[in-house]
Amino acid sequence: MNKALKNLDEVTIRFAGDSGDGMQLTGMQFTSTTAMLGNDLSTLPDYPAEIRAPAGTLFGVSGFQIHFGSTEINTPGDACDVLVAMNPAALKVNIRSLRDGGVIIANSDGFNDKNLKLASYEKNPLEDGSLEKYQVHSVKITQLTHNALEDLGLSNKITDRSKNFFALGMMYWMFSRPLEPTIKWIGDKFKKTPEIVEANTRVLKAGYAFGETTEIFAARYEVKPATMIPGKYRSITGNEATAWGLIAASVKSGLDLFLGSYPITPASDILHELSRHKNFRVKTFQAEDEIAGITASIGAAYGGALGATTTSGPGMALKGEALGLAVMLELPLIVIDVQRGGPSTGLPTKTEQADLLQALYGRNSEAPIPVITASTPADCFFMAFEAARIAIKYMTPVILLTDGYLANGAEPWLIPQVDNLPDISPKFRTEVEGFHPYLRDEKTLARPWAIPGTPGLEHRIGGLEKQHITGNVSYDPENHEFMVKMRQAKVDHIADDLPPATTEGDEKGDLLVVGWGGTYGAIRTAVENKRREGKSVSHLHLKYVNPFQKNVGEILYNFKNILVPELNLGQLSKLIRAKYLVPAVTLNKVQGLPFKAVEIEDKIDEIL
Amino acid sequence: MNLVEETLKNAPKTPAQKYAAKDFQSDQDVRWCPGCGDYSILAQVQRVMPELNIPRHNMVFISGIGCSSRFPYYMDTYGFHGIHGRAPAIASGLKIARPDLTVWMATGDGDGLSIGGNHLIHICRRNLNVKILLFNNQIYGLTKGQYSPTSEFGKVTKSTPFGSVDHPFNPLLVALGAEASFVARTLDRDPKHLQVVIRRAAEHKGTAFTEIYQNCNVFNDGAFFTYTEKETKDDNVVFLEHGKPMIFGKEKEKGIKLEGFTPTVVSLKDGKYSASDLIVHNEKDTMLSFILARMSSIPDLPRPVGVIYAVDRPLYEVEVQRQIQQSIQKQGEGNLEKLLNHGETWTIQ
Repeated sequence: MNKALKNLDEVTIRFAGDSGDGMQLTGMQFTSTTAMLGNDLSTLPDYPAEIRAPAGTLFGVSGFQIHFGSTEINTPGDACDVLVAMNPAALKVNIRSLRDGGVIIANSDGFNDKNLKLASYEKNPLEDGSLEKYQVHSVKITQLTHNALEDLGLSNKITDRSKNFFALGMMYWMFSRPLEPTIKWIGDKFKKTPEIVEANTRVLKAGYAFGETTEIFAARYEVKPATMIPGKYRSITGNEATAWGLIAASVKSGLDLFLGSYPITPASDILHELSRHKNFRVKTFQAEDEIAGITASIGAAYGGALGATTTSGPGMALKGEALGLAVMLELPLIVIDVQRGGPSTGLPTKTEQADLLQALYGRNSEAPIPVITASTPADCFFMAFEAARIAIKYMTPVILLTDGYLANGAEPWLIPQVDNLPDISPKFRTEVEGFHPYLRDEKTLARPWAIPGTPGLEHRIGGLEKQHITGNVSYDPENHEFMVKMRQAKVDHIADDLPPATTEGDEKGDLLVVGWGGTYGAIRTAVENKRREGKSVSHLHLKYVNPFQKNVGEILYNFKNILVPELNLGQLSKLIRAKYLVPAVTLNKVQGLPFKAVEIEDKIDEIL
Repeated sequence: MNLVEETLKNAPKTPAQKYAAKDFQSDQDVRWCPGCGDYSILAQVQRVMPELNIPRHNMVFISGIGCSSRFPYYMDTYGFHGIHGRAPAIASGLKIARPDLTVWMATGDGDGLSIGGNHLIHICRRNLNVKILLFNNQIYGLTKGQYSPTSEFGKVTKSTPFGSVDHPFNPLLVALGAEASFVARTLDRDPKHLQVVIRRAAEHKGTAFTEIYQNCNVFNDGAFFTYTEKETKDDNVVFLEHGKPMIFGKEKEKGIKLEGFTPTVVSLKDGKYSASDLIVHNEKDTMLSFILARMSSIPDLPRPVGVIYAVDRPLYEVEVQRQIQQSIQKQGEGNLEKLLNHGETWTIQ
């Protein structure tokens, strides 16, 4: 049967099912195949905190959204065009993310009485007409999966587990994607169990063939490659990029990387990734708690390692005292907070940007620490590297803020040239003559890094206040005030060493939208859309929050209005108002979800 | 070679030196109260260090918070005064990053067993080659006299005017329970014994946990005098020696015999028992180590002092290093270019 092939600029698909249905894996496979076809893309995994919540329940639904296109893609998509729902709960939870007229592909075998009841449906929505504003395609995915495998003699349980590949195969057909990359991936992933390789491959192909032959899909679609900067690309998530950024910093500094960390969602994948790369002499230490994670890293940094610790909000809170110690010791340390919904345990698997003020101020006394942020998944690579650069050069802890959305989201990444990354190696002090532990470099105000094992430089450091130059314990009132100001000045002066902030759009105008971190894509999309409508709006995305880049004030003063969208109740806006005395308007969202571009667009319309 | 190795290789050398105790004294004024047991511990450590033939610059003393934790300031080695309770984690990070360094740790009953209890047990089970000196004075000194996790039940202090209702920790049992590979006890007021145990701890390959009975003459004076003073010591302490029967008493007239699993005191004078009936100390006997450690909580039994337990087991930092070497052998030295380009990639023309 020859079906019409329609061209689309961009599409958003959401795969949704039970947390045991393999929806994350299905989404990731669709992502990597789509990336290889040269589409631009952005993804949003959305999964519950429970590992395997009871099957069929609303709170056990796991989703994966991918937005891809032949145009520039900056967000995972405001609304879905296609929703693949493996059961009634998945439909119920995700229907609100589907646009009117969107396509539902439902596994009708999953819509049995038990599952309908678990999802609190009184009648089967696939049959009662309640979905009439959508295009609903009911497919017996479970049955068709069983049919494809009936001669293999596999257990029902194993057969059932392959059904996500049927859904994936259908989507590959519908959006004209090749099967080969996933077939190869299945072969590698399950190579120890050939029967699973056979089952998954067969089911994938069966799904594709079903699309081809069934009468229910009238059309299939093509999404042409995007126009992207020429070069070699790969798909990368924020956590992978963060891990690799740290490895790159280790290579370019000549320092062995030491990661002290305690598992915590959504940061654990950085620990997992780094623990695989021991041939880079990476030492990962899964500590007994968050405090041991950071203090072990401080101990390693004292010994001359590139010390790092990774965590999320609650862990960050536990590390507070040790961060103060690192400020006092003036040792390089990289602290990565992959923010999640809070306070307390909060929403472990959901995203938020509410740790900004904690990063800046969450310690006793005056304890200034540079705070930098990543804007996109791939940007995590460069900002992790930048964190290391600042830490080493200025002998200071540095906090890098990413978030759950960046950490688990993926995008195509133009692989950087290793030679273009700067040398960030420190010069350890070895000269005995004139050595004082707190005698500072005149330019950077950094103290010397003198590592144990260096003859003649034996000295003592600690958390008690230091005497200027000698580093001896000092309770002298004037010295204390001097040192407090000195530590602040050192961090403030880092601004001299930062690239100037740049706006997207014009340098002057009616409205400047100021963001930081993972909201980059949504703000960029919103501002571009509004500029296309002729509105005078620009975008400033801050990567450096402490200190701010030197020209930030100048940029702000060039706009009549300032809007600060944040996934918190207004934290950057507080900092901007306090420092620059501008009447910044806020747009706040704290739902554990990223902004939709349209939410920012509406606010822009309200102001202009 | 990483930058640390390269730097140390090229660092200006100091001539090889035969050290004396004074070479380990820093230029800082010691600020413990006059008469504090800490002075003796510091002096004995400074006396033993020269014998180890380890260059001063390869030694690091790490501590947490409390009176005992001021220790690193007074040693002319590298030193790190950390935050409350976290010394074992700081020491772990340093030792994993730099296995070439000799790392010692000074802590107290509050720092090590209260706020830092978690880290203490984990360094013991991991078996990093770090020497831990736990100064036990059964009181909080630096915060001016509250009860500690080793204070006896009923202890009247500023924070327990009606007596403490806390059951105390037995530090030796904590360390043994955490599978420390070396567990010992010694006394601040017995310099010779203190030196012997410090030497043994230094020689041990693994986490060496030493509890030192330390007198706080300001807030808990005489807490251990029964075990440290001439008049009472002989009848209340049994000095352990590997391979020797457990004999004690002013005239060596008493011994420890096992009745089932329970140690009991027997007389060697009345002809009923002889040395051959007594427990023979064996540092490698795990079961015996628990029995000896438990003796401190049984009234009327002497306190065992000396090396309770000493066995060899794999060192954490050595295993970490081994995995790295294996990984390099298998995959080759890490190549950043290769890492960034591995797996699925595509090219846009």
